[in-house]
Amino acid sequence: MNCEEARELMDGYLDSELDPITNQALEGHLRDCPACEQAYETHRSLIRVIGNATPYYEAPAGLRERVRSSLREEIAEQSTRKVAPDAEPLFSRRRPESRTVLLGTPWNWLGLAAAIIFAAIIAVNFLSRGHRPEADQFLATQLIASHVRSLMANHLADVPSSDQHTVKPWLDAKLDFAPPVVDLSNEGFPLVGGRLDYLDNHPVAALVYQRRKHFINLFVWPVAGDAAKATTSMAHQGYQMLHWVDPDFNYWAVSDVNEKDLQEFKQLFEKQIASR
Amino acid sequence: MALPLKAEHASQTEDFGSDRKIVKFVLVKKREEQDDSRQGDVASFEEALLPHLDAAHNLARWLLRNEQDAQDVVQEAYLRAFRSFRGFHGTNGRAWLLTIVRNTSYTLLKKNRAADLTTTFDEEIHAPTDESVNPATILEHSEDAELVRQAMDELPADFREILVLRHQECLSYKEIADIAQIPPGTVMSRLARARARLKEYVTARISKEK
Repeated sequence: MNCEEARELMDGYLDSELDPITNQALEGHLRDCPACEQAYETHRSLIRVIGNATPYYEAPAGLRERVRSSLREEIAEQSTRKVAPDAEPLFSRRRPESRTVLLGTPWNWLGLAAAIIFAAIIAVNFLSRGHRPEADQFLATQLIASHVRSLMANHLADVPSSDQHTVKPWLDAKLDFAPPVVDLSNEGFPLVGGRLDYLDNHPVAALVYQRRKHFINLFVWPVAGDAAKATTSMAHQGYQMLHWVDPDFNYWAVSDVNEKDLQEFKQLFEKQIASR
Repeated sequence: MALPLKAEHASQTEDFGSDRKIVKFVLVKKREEQDDSRQGDVASFEEALLPHLDAAHNLARWLLRNEQDAQDVVQEAYLRAFRSFRGFHGTNGRAWLLTIVRNTSYTLLKKNRAADLTTTFDEEIHAPTDESVNPATILEHSEDAELVRQAMDELPADFREILVLRHQECLSYKEIADIAQIPPGTVMSRLARARARLKEYVTARISKEK
């Protein structure tokens, strides 16, 4: 080992991060070379002193409470928004069972009527809750957060592939539904890959497409119950979003491309699905 | 004859009544279970990650060089961490949290102060290391926390980050590579450059004071 190599490895040696063989080689050099030995000692004590003198900014009083109360707010927000839709399938699962019991005893019409009214009240409650604009707003925020995270954390795709026949089986295997995957390379929206995400309390498929330098995240999950929703386009926090529904799936496209491009993307996507 | 029928009817009605109650009860129970599981989520989340509040704050404070921003970023990072906590199955909660704090800090830095992210090195202020300042003098002054703090604050963000992670959090090169999202092989050389630069800045300040 020469002096130059030794100086380059000094920091790793200081931090005990060298592999044993390099470590020994460096120690051998330091024993033989007083200049390097001297340089190492100086470096070591200086680094130690500077390290000790660097102020450590402990969390100020109050920050812990602030973090905890924001977590509680988040929980409260989640439970007002999510309890109703979650409870719904439970009720409809139960209903056929109670109906057969009721039909078996045909004289109990009063009870049946009460059950129907009860069901209707609950259904109306759920529907109106599901369509609350704040609920959509909240979902929009979640979608954007997911889009931004995917670009930020270097985690755009779990399965990076422009081949729909690679992406689709991967997603099918991970989810309890089979999202449609099409490649739109020829139309100027190449497929980049697929990713799993978790939104609004269920796992969703995120398909990633590219438009020039921009990315489009297309979130897909199965339609639950009422599917009669028109295509909605919205801009939120500077991101463009487009929502549509087909008989099987909910789609949310999120990107920083303009609205026209996103509309075009939707049309091409639907055309491709229809032509399969 | 009328009496038994009435009695039967009454019991059926009662049954139905209780059936309806069961439905209600199940709904309420489900809601309670969900609330419980969320409370449980928060409890285990807090237990795993609140102990690292100081580390989170320290990193954010060094990266942003501003107390208010640091607190905002810490709060935001904890929220983000909580939202993806179910997806976290690792054992190193501190490194995971610091990664989120780091990313959240950079988002803010990019948005507000693009200038902070570019390395600015003013040759006028930072004259090349003055060889006349001997190591003993440097050592003596290096114990001056305020001087070291000023020198640290002048370093570019990626140098501040790596020095905090290594010297204050004592993380391994592997952990640092994960948090700073750089190849493991880059950690040693970046750390060496950061230390050399810090030494340079400290020396420059000492010779200016003399």
